[in-house]
Amino acid sequence: MFRRLPDANAAMIAVTIDGRAAQVRAGDTVAAALLSAGILASRAADVSGAPRAPYCMMGVCFECLVTVDGVGNRQGCLVPVAAGMRIETQHGRREAGR
Amino acid sequence: MTDLRETYDVAVIGAGPAGMAAATVCVRAGLATVLFDEQASPGGQIYRAVTTSPVKRGTVLGADYWVGGEVAQEFLASGAHYVPGATVWNLTREREIGISVAGAAHLLRAERVIVATGALERPFPIPGWTLPGVMTAGAGQILLKSAGLVPDGRTVLAGCGPLLWLIAWQYLNAGARIDAILDTGANRAGAWRHAPPFMLSPYLLKGLRLLLAVRRRVPVIANVVDLRAEGHDRVEAVAFRTAGGAEQQLAVDNLFMHQGVVPNVNLAMAAGIEHRWDDGQLCWRPVVDAEGTTAIAGIAIAGDGAGIAGAEAAQAYGLLAGHAAVRALRPGARGLAPEAAVRARLKRTLRGRAFLDAYYRPAEPFRRPARDTLACRCEEVTAGQIIDTVALGCTGPNQMKAFLRCGMGPCQGRLCGLTVTELIAQARGVAPQEVGYYRLRPPVKPITLAELAALPKNEAALRSVAR
Repeated sequence: MFRRLPDANAAMIAVTIDGRAAQVRAGDTVAAALLSAGILASRAADVSGAPRAPYCMMGVCFECLVTVDGVGNRQGCLVPVAAGMRIETQHGRREAGR
Repeated sequence: MTDLRETYDVAVIGAGPAGMAAATVCVRAGLATVLFDEQASPGGQIYRAVTTSPVKRGTVLGADYWVGGEVAQEFLASGAHYVPGATVWNLTREREIGISVAGAAHLLRAERVIVATGALERPFPIPGWTLPGVMTAGAGQILLKSAGLVPDGRTVLAGCGPLLWLIAWQYLNAGARIDAILDTGANRAGAWRHAPPFMLSPYLLKGLRLLLAVRRRVPVIANVVDLRAEGHDRVEAVAFRTAGGAEQQLAVDNLFMHQGVVPNVNLAMAAGIEHRWDDGQLCWRPVVDAEGTTAIAGIAIAGDGAGIAGAEAAQAYGLLAGHAAVRALRPGARGLAPEAAVRARLKRTLRGRAFLDAYYRPAEPFRRPARDTLACRCEEVTAGQIIDTVALGCTGPNQMKAFLRCGMGPCQGRLCGLTVTELIAQARGVAPQEVGYYRLRPPVKPITLAELAALPKNEAALRSVAR
């Protein structure tokens, strides 16, 4: 789990995470926002279904794949949060059409 | 990206110290220069978020981080066409570049391409390394730099390498708790023959200060072997032995792992640039000259992507690659910094690198894990499965992957490739050079068919599918 340094606060914006309203820090990536919201596992592995979490935070490991605004397989660590964004943890592989 | 041109004099890929320095030089010499970077702001990973970091107290991340701010400001002010949030998924021998920005693909061409894709952390396959709560130390550092996040709860750092100590120091500066550092380094005696040049390295004093500052405040357990992360749906404990000792366990909420960084080779390999195994750094390294020039006309590699040397060296290599591009395209251009000074600085920075490579050489059991350990996180393939394909006649990663899909998941081998090469090399009793690496092909990052299909078509493309 992670906590925010007291001097690192910034404007918060409203998003939804798995359908629930959440406030996240403007400027964070989706992966950072999930971790700071206490959501450790951002997806379930498509092979075994085991929970997985952001591992590299730099775009190379693909463990933080999430569904953003209805589009699956987005690398959460590369996508900055935006007001109104719909973030969903991804269970297994990307669904056709999403 | 309506303002993206179809051609540029110079295209730079990556906004770390090498890429920023290269682009700045080129644009100042009057070259139409574009820089593509995957992140939202410049800095690469070493200076990640240096222009936007919410961590304002300079004492947390340290002066060596904030130096990057000057490089970034110079680059931003240079007038280079800077395209953040851009994923480069193709680079051809003809210097055609495929990029994806905000869900749309584009193709363009440049007279010179400077690949500055930097480094990534070496795979660290141990049992349980896929559990939530386990991440790389570099990932922890990125969360600190870019979001001001520090670990909460019981925290252990494990592995070896300068970055592990740097992040420990930065966490302590930030007031984060570290319960222990598990040092997996081994066989360090051999490193000392490289020590004399390191005595003159600028990293010596910095490194010692950092080590002492961390060791004063955190228990360090040396000679760690049989490391594993344990837990059900998340990491709950880290188990290990010290060489010859009994098993120990520490309850943890967070485990950060690191065993060095290696060149990020995917784009350069897919472009067809020759890479050779570097036994000192235990990684693939492109074949380049002192200015990063490759055997492919017009493509150079600058910075850690051409071999690990650190941020200062990367900046110098970027300057030299930029100079080479300027000389090729604008002979007689004025205003370039004197190269002698750049080369002198580079030489100083590189002094003693062999000592660091040898001293922090990752131990064998952590590069070639036990049979039951997952080597490929994407397709969940164990080390044992990979080794068994050698008995089936597989001589290298490309035959093996046809059996196991190892390396064919979304990370495209970035998190398993080195492990696979070293496992097969050992099983065959040959050198990694002989085993080779995955044959990487574009797209080097996943791109949707819809994006490809939406690319503008030329006459030839339309004719090729006409009936």
